[in-house]
Amino acid sequence: MKTKNKNSDKNKYRICSAAVFILCILLLIFLEANKYKYSYITGILVRSAIYALVAVSMNLVTGFTGLFSLGQAGFMAIGAYTVGILTIPVAQRPAVYYMNGISPVIEKMYMPFWAAIIAGGIFAAFCAALIGIPVLRLKSDYLAIATLGFSEIIRAFIASPQLNKITNGSYGLKNIPSFPNLYTIFGICAVCIALIVLLINSSYGRVFKAIREDETAAQAMGINLFKYKELSFVISSFFTGIGGGLLAMFMGSIDSKTFQIALTYDILLIVVLGGIGSVTGSILGAFLITSGREWLRFFDEPLTLAGINIPLFRAGFRMVIFSILLMAVVLFYRKGIMGTNEFSWEAVFNLFKKRNSAGAGSGRSDIQDNHSDDGVKRILNDREA
Amino acid sequence: MSKNNILIAEHISMQFGGVLAINDLSINVGVNEIVALIGPNGAGKTTAFNCITGIYEPTVGKIVFDGHTVIGAFPKNRQKKDFLGTLPEHEIERVSNTPDRITRKGMARTFQNIRLFGNLSVIENVLIAKHTNAKQNVFSAVLRLNSSEEKRMLEESKELLDMQGLIEYKDERAGSLPYGLQRRLEIARALALDPKLLLLDEPAAGMNPQETHELTELISKIRDDYKLGIFMIEHHMDLVMGISDRVYVLDFGKLIAEGTPDEIQNNEHVIDAYLGVVEENA
Repeated sequence: MKTKNKNSDKNKYRICSAAVFILCILLLIFLEANKYKYSYITGILVRSAIYALVAVSMNLVTGFTGLFSLGQAGFMAIGAYTVGILTIPVAQRPAVYYMNGISPVIEKMYMPFWAAIIAGGIFAAFCAALIGIPVLRLKSDYLAIATLGFSEIIRAFIASPQLNKITNGSYGLKNIPSFPNLYTIFGICAVCIALIVLLINSSYGRVFKAIREDETAAQAMGINLFKYKELSFVISSFFTGIGGGLLAMFMGSIDSKTFQIALTYDILLIVVLGGIGSVTGSILGAFLITSGREWLRFFDEPLTLAGINIPLFRAGFRMVIFSILLMAVVLFYRKGIMGTNEFSWEAVFNLFKKRNSAGAGSGRSDIQDNHSDDGVKRILNDREA
Repeated sequence: MSKNNILIAEHISMQFGGVLAINDLSINVGVNEIVALIGPNGAGKTTAFNCITGIYEPTVGKIVFDGHTVIGAFPKNRQKKDFLGTLPEHEIERVSNTPDRITRKGMARTFQNIRLFGNLSVIENVLIAKHTNAKQNVFSAVLRLNSSEEKRMLEESKELLDMQGLIEYKDERAGSLPYGLQRRLEIARALALDPKLLLLDEPAAGMNPQETHELTELISKIRDDYKLGIFMIEHHMDLVMGISDRVYVLDFGKLIAEGTPDEIQNNEHVIDAYLGVVEENA
């Protein structure tokens, strides 16, 4: 009897997943068809998807392998510049490089965007492998400082006058072609995240988690710490590089200032808020933070209530509110939205059951509204208790 | 004799600053033999373990495991001048190995203060040990081309858990198991490495007499089933005396006695070390 119930539950969850998947596809088709009408919201969603990819790959290193690395912006810059240099149409290059001239080496080098994105990922992974050899011998905070420094070095390197003919120095790159359609960008992000999830759930992912839990014990299990740390770091940087490449294509023009430390912090915020060690948490966090930042624009406009000008409402106030919200989350909800758990329909349905039996009067719409973030939080609270 | 020894440690000394934690310790463990290392608190037992497994690099000494020298150390210059113990006559060739490499050669250990991967499930703990000997690479693992290998790992892990009576807890968090079961899981995890030598650091610490008795049976069973050498540190005398083939006694870093359990029980030095010496002029 019990097993039968379980099976029917499983089917129910499958149907739910399929429904959500189809809904997402329909939304995509709708947005693709009305690209210009909804360009604002499309932009937010694309940026969220890219940040989700970078956040998940940061989670691989920070949440699953336990290495606190802050080099994301650097690896994104590598990926972005690789894609930029390789995909700007050859005819437009003289216009882009009109101040410094273009190096003959790259003048005719052109790749289709997908090849350029992979090249960007590989180049970022290569740099990660080099930097990883000395840096991954460090632990915790020291590793964070070293990778942060590396990220700044990359940025300074890109902006340096010696590389003017390749990176166009402080002028940056522009006219980077965008994606052919929305499916491409979301498809690439989805495939990359799926690959990372497959890795995390494989035997190698278990080894990463073992290193996170206890390095000495992992070593006593015959695990070569350096080899696996390097592996995790390189794979993470590969996908971060791809994320950077996608960002370059999305933004169309990039310069070294795009990849300041603030970008790393954005990603770190997403990871922390979503839950360190939770892939679905990172994805959820990416969409919440990126879109939350836009929704809060309300605070940037002057507000007059009953003839009184409310004093604090002006440009920049949005970021104050945003920071306060983040502080509140970190103070009162330290584990982030998901903790180390992953999203599951079971948890969502359990929540429905509990709520329905608890308050018969509460309306259904209320439940639906809270489903995405507050609901999940509550489930996890229950589970922890 | 030496041909059947899986582990030979010669002239091991370990000096921390001005403290000589181990002084000229020589030990051997045979294939299919249970050997115990006992001694009062602070005698240097765990330090000896850490030297053998490669966590510490000894100041002096040579460790031969399964016919290969895995560790060789001999002090030089300044270190030699500061060395407090007695050096062996012949210089020892330097060999160094990391703990993971020594483990992969077939030496598995457990820890005195249990070191499980607490937030992972029981079966995952065992599967991590299985990873070391699995034939796969990242790409095959990510693309799930290694499913037969993964299946084999899972089957073998389940078998091990079954043997240790842990199969019903396989999806529990390892850190949430009761203490006695955590100890068993640590042994299961070590066995998952298919070791030739098993080192147990106080396996019965914190166990009640009933649990200790079960552990005694388990250890002999492991020896008989897997035909491996077992080298353990232990305080519970009934456990040590019950199953050990030979016992070494360490006191203040020095080996004071060696022999069968019967011999050790009647050894004067051992009794002195454990109960204190009656000073004549007191």
